[in-house]
Amino acid sequence: MNLALADIRHKLGRFVLTCLGLGLLMAVALSMVGIYQGVVTEALALSRSLRADLWVVESGTRGPFAEASRIPGDVREMVARLPGVAAAGAITLRTAEAQAPQGTIRVQVIGYEPGRPGGPSVIATGRGLGGTRFEIVADARSGLPLGATLLLGRYRYHVVGTTRGLVASGGDPLIFMQLRDSQDLQFRLAPAAARRAIAASTGGGSTDTVNAIIARLHPDADPALVAETALRWKHLAALTDQEQSDLLTLSVVNRARVQLGMFTVVLLFVSAVIIALIIYTMTMDKLREIATLKLIGAPDRTIIGLVLQQALLLGGVAYVAAVAIVFSARDVFPRTVALGPAEVAVMAVVVAVICLLGSLVSIRAALRIEPQQALGG
Amino acid sequence: MAGPLVQVEKLCKTFGAGETAVRALADVDLQVGAGEVVGLKGPSGSGKSTLLNLIACIQEPTAGKLSIGGETVWEGHWRVPDLRRLRRERIGFIFQFHNLLPFLNAIDNVALAMTLDGVDRTTARQRAGALLDYLQVGKRASAMPSRLSGGEAQRVAIARALVNRPQVILADEPTAALDSERARVVMDLLRQVAREQQAAILVVTHDEKIFDRFDRMVALRDGRIEQEQPRAA
Ligand SMILES: Nc1ncnc2c1ncn2[C@@H]1O[C@H](COP(=O)(O)OP(=O)(O)O)[C@@H](O)[C@H]1O
Ligand SMILES: [Mg+2]
Repeated sequence: MNLALADIRHKLGRFVLTCLGLGLLMAVALSMVGIYQGVVTEALALSRSLRADLWVVESGTRGPFAEASRIPGDVREMVARLPGVAAAGAITLRTAEAQAPQGTIRVQVIGYEPGRPGGPSVIATGRGLGGTRFEIVADARSGLPLGATLLLGRYRYHVVGTTRGLVASGGDPLIFMQLRDSQDLQFRLAPAAARRAIAASTGGGSTDTVNAIIARLHPDADPALVAETALRWKHLAALTDQEQSDLLTLSVVNRARVQLGMFTVVLLFVSAVIIALIIYTMTMDKLREIATLKLIGAPDRTIIGLVLQQALLLGGVAYVAAVAIVFSARDVFPRTVALGPAEVAVMAVVVAVICLLGSLVSIRAALRIEPQQALGG
Repeated sequence: MAGPLVQVEKLCKTFGAGETAVRALADVDLQVGAGEVVGLKGPSGSGKSTLLNLIACIQEPTAGKLSIGGETVWEGHWRVPDLRRLRRERIGFIFQFHNLLPFLNAIDNVALAMTLDGVDRTTARQRAGALLDYLQVGKRASAMPSRLSGGEAQRVAIARALVNRPQVILADEPTAALDSERARVVMDLLRQVAREQQAAILVVTHDEKIFDRFDRMVALRDGRIEQEQPRAA
């Protein structure tokens, strides 16, 4: 007969409640891990989706995410002609407030030229952008369904396709539109004074401003080498995709990442203390029973087994509850909760270690119980 | 083995130290042989429970010598490395309060004592069941202790003490919660165990109705043996 199980069955309601409470706490810790991972995934989602090997931006900047960058649109042709470059595309990036059917939403607008690098790599529903203007591809996170209309500035855009999991580093959903549309939009949204200034100067050509050129290279080309060539143009800077990714995780979302990481550590520490306390209480509640066991000659391993098995059962059941809670609630979170089998497995090991360490104090206390404590009223 | 199963020589027990020290037992000599059933009586606070606890190796003596089955268990210090194993294999203890584990049913409470000794569960349950039947609580085998009456719980506890066929059985007022009819059944069972297993049995009791069931009575007063008398009837 298993004493740990028998005792739990005897006080089942209390055990279940304890597991549920602990499960909620672990669920918070687990979603923290997921949100931490999510911040990193989200930060890289945009650059990964664009599948760029090289980013050409304004000289002296580390754009277009970490810093603002503006370069003339015709740089794209120069970049395309660089040795090693297979394809190049101009993109614009701006955050905007837009009127969706469900209300005002905050989006990251990306302008690109269909057929050139810069668009979404996978369309979930509908189709990608064609030649027609005022069409957009919106990420599902925006809540915009196919066929919906989005009011941005003075223009209305129709959703012809949707993507999944494409968000900016801040978590804003991506909206893809034609480069010309986005340039118009930036022009329209600019202050009236700037608009007048632009109109007074040379005209159409000057509004052909973009934020970055992204290039895909031939498989055998060295990104660093091509970047060096691009740098010869004094008004440009170039970053490899690796540099861009590092910049995104280490600079753009670094504070959020470190903050969440520290919070996760604090939560795990709190969980550890609470688990240790629960196990201690569970053990001391059985003081008399443990003394009786010693009286009838139970060896130490029986006592250790009792405490340890209950600790692991408590941790195990609570963790299963936590995983169930987080996975059924993850879509409610406004930002990505990135939890895969790896994260769940690592956390399971962490919980097991916490339970083992948490039961050490209790085991010590249980082994110190004297058999005579079973005697008397 | 020759000689008494329980041998107590000049055994002393003092609780605490200095001004507040309580001398619970002083120079107690006692022998219980194989097959013998000895009664221990005396007023409250005379040291009966303390003597039983010392023999059961639950408390440590202060001075004197204790041997069980011819083996010196305490003389100046413990002479046996694993006291719990000694208790498990050689000593059956029936507590004043039944001390059943609340999370195991009656039969598992009894069988547990055997499984701790390495017996497989099926065999343990068979013997536990037979013992419960003999003690007339077989019908309550699957009841949890909280559902048992005082008398039933006491009989289950007795079954637990007997299940490993110990050489020495120590009982602290085992019949206090039983009516005289059942008290006699319990005493007859203990006598039978003493004969069949050649066990030494020491029973603390106030119950004059069962004094005739003992081979002899030992009386304690203020921690000292007052008199030893042969069987009254
Ligand atoms: N754990 C203990 N600590 C201090 N004094 C004790 C303890 N156990 C028993 N005593 C004292 O030892 C004496 C004998 O007690 P006990 O053996 O329980 O007597 P009885 O069982 O005959 O009523 C009493 O004076 C009691 O107060
Ligand atoms: Mg007593």
